Amino acid sequence: MTAEASFERRALHHPSFAIGSALVLLLLATAAISLAWTPWPPSELDIPHKLALPSAAHVFGTDSLGRDVASLIMAGARNSILVGVIAVAIGLVAGTAIGAIAAASKGWVEEVAMRISDFTFAFPAILSAIMLTALLGPGIVNSIVAIGIFNIPVFARVTRASANAVWTREFILAARVAGKNRAQITIEHVLPNILPVIIVQATIQFATAILAEAALSYLGLGTQPPQASWGRMLNEAQNLMFQAPRLAIYPGIAIALSVLGLNLVGDGLRDLLDPRLARRR
Amino acid sequence: MSLFLLRRMVAFLATLAGASFVIFVVLDILPGNAALTILGPDAPQSAVAALSHKLGLDQPAPTRYFNWIFGLLSGDLGVSYAYDTPVAQLILGGLSVSLPLAVMAMALTTLIALSLGIFAAARHNTLLDTGVMTLSQLGIAIPNFWLAILLILLFAVHLHWFSAGGFPGWGEGPLLALRALFLPAVALAMVQAAILARVTRSSILEVMREDFVRTARAKGLTWRAALWRHVLRNAMIPVVTIIGLQFGNLIAGTVVIENVFYLPGLGRLIFQAINNRDLIVVRDCVMLLAGFVVAMNFVIDIAYVAIDPRLKAQAP
Repeated sequence: MTAEASFERRALHHPSFAIGSALVLLLLATAAISLAWTPWPPSELDIPHKLALPSAAHVFGTDSLGRDVASLIMAGARNSILVGVIAVAIGLVAGTAIGAIAAASKGWVEEVAMRISDFTFAFPAILSAIMLTALLGPGIVNSIVAIGIFNIPVFARVTRASANAVWTREFILAARVAGKNRAQITIEHVLPNILPVIIVQATIQFATAILAEAALSYLGLGTQPPQASWGRMLNEAQNLMFQAPRLAIYPGIAIALSVLGLNLVGDGLRDLLDPRLARRR
Repeated sequence: MSLFLLRRMVAFLATLAGASFVIFVVLDILPGNAALTILGPDAPQSAVAALSHKLGLDQPAPTRYFNWIFGLLSGDLGVSYAYDTPVAQLILGGLSVSLPLAVMAMALTTLIALSLGIFAAARHNTLLDTGVMTLSQLGIAIPNFWLAILLILLFAVHLHWFSAGGFPGWGEGPLLALRALFLPAVALAMVQAAILARVTRSSILEVMREDFVRTARAKGLTWRAALWRHVLRNAMIPVVTIIGLQFGNLIAGTVVIENVFYLPGLGRLIFQAINNRDLIVVRDCVMLLAGFVVAMNFVIDIAYVAIDPRLKAQAP
């Protein structure tokens, strides 16, 4: 049996990974379909039919401006993925680079990089986003940047810790004897070996980014109208809690299922990519 | 011990200084002119110049930075542009709500997480264990502000047990005030407790495999006695680490949750200050919150040593 075949078999038999993958696929499919088709145009107002109950025409009903809630949820999936992917990419590229350089150079460079990443923990994503929006005004770009910056030290720490472990291995010594410099060793040997750890972290940070975007949009600091956002839908729903409590349900479920799916995939990948850990559980 | 404390103290102060520097650079130097931000782009040149002078913006940046720091240290935080009230007074008012809320949430988190974690670990690999872990996985995925909205729907809109938001103030008696803070604290605590319960469980299971536990069992201790006398103390180190890391999330969470429940705390103050372009208030509040997070990490570092004296010998 090849390694890949056994990975797939184990993946299918790993319950949380299987459930998580299904949820993530659902999220991706919803976003992809929304690009081509939604039951109604997500930002089309229809005031005469506002706050309609769920029906055949509007599966989840309509909101206070008569917009179709199902279409808004579908378009919101796109928004969450957009924010998640870019924010994680910012953190992953910058953080992995900082962590890998810190591990490769040791000494004061490592010390400085890690002290800086330590104190960025004093600024949770929401706080840095608040500072940015106080300056530049609210908006999707600013919230992506804020969440991305918060992700940098997370990846830097994980990369450095795993890279340090790889640097002590014998094949690294062999590569050094063969005359390769630290940059070559980092790119050819260290990074490929810590890739699984980074993939797992990226999945989990993706979930965190979706949560952070929802919170920022809920506060009115993130995605702005007419762009659909689950967080902002919840904000609008809160004002109608007595008339139409159902509006506060759908976007929350969408956020929770997406985050649950990504977290389950992350946990599952950790088990599948590192069988030693799985057996200890 | 004193040398260890001293080193930690220096690191703590250095981090605070670094944080204040970053906040100053971001909020004071980068935007160009705070007076212009406050008055808007259409303001006449003379008005911008007058306000710049009033805010001390025409002084060089290092002077402004040290004025701010000395102000912070002496308790003079300046005057809010939007409210025309001393910032210190606004912040104290906010703290009287946010601090009890954070403490309540933290206490609930620890209580729920430790009980669930110990409960699940003691029933390792049973249906109950799986059930608790599945619940906690769900708890992590639920955004705290959505949970807050659901709690309002259930307990305020349907059952009328609590009010949907607002704060009566401490003058009306502590019971009424604590009652207003209860739902927000639950909303904050649930998500954190879900994470912490998982850490507690896996940490206990990890320690359970150690040799000294086998020795304790071999000398006749029951499983339960070994858990309480030997395992818990050793299992607490990762738990305390996570509590410390979660504190930052808790602070960020209060900003959101106070807005859900319309609580007049620090979070709501910051939020309104942003809408009012009241940069002085934003700067002081962000500094205070960042200071809390850094201080909490300092306390956690000290707590490690209290829990595990072995670490003191290893401390660099």
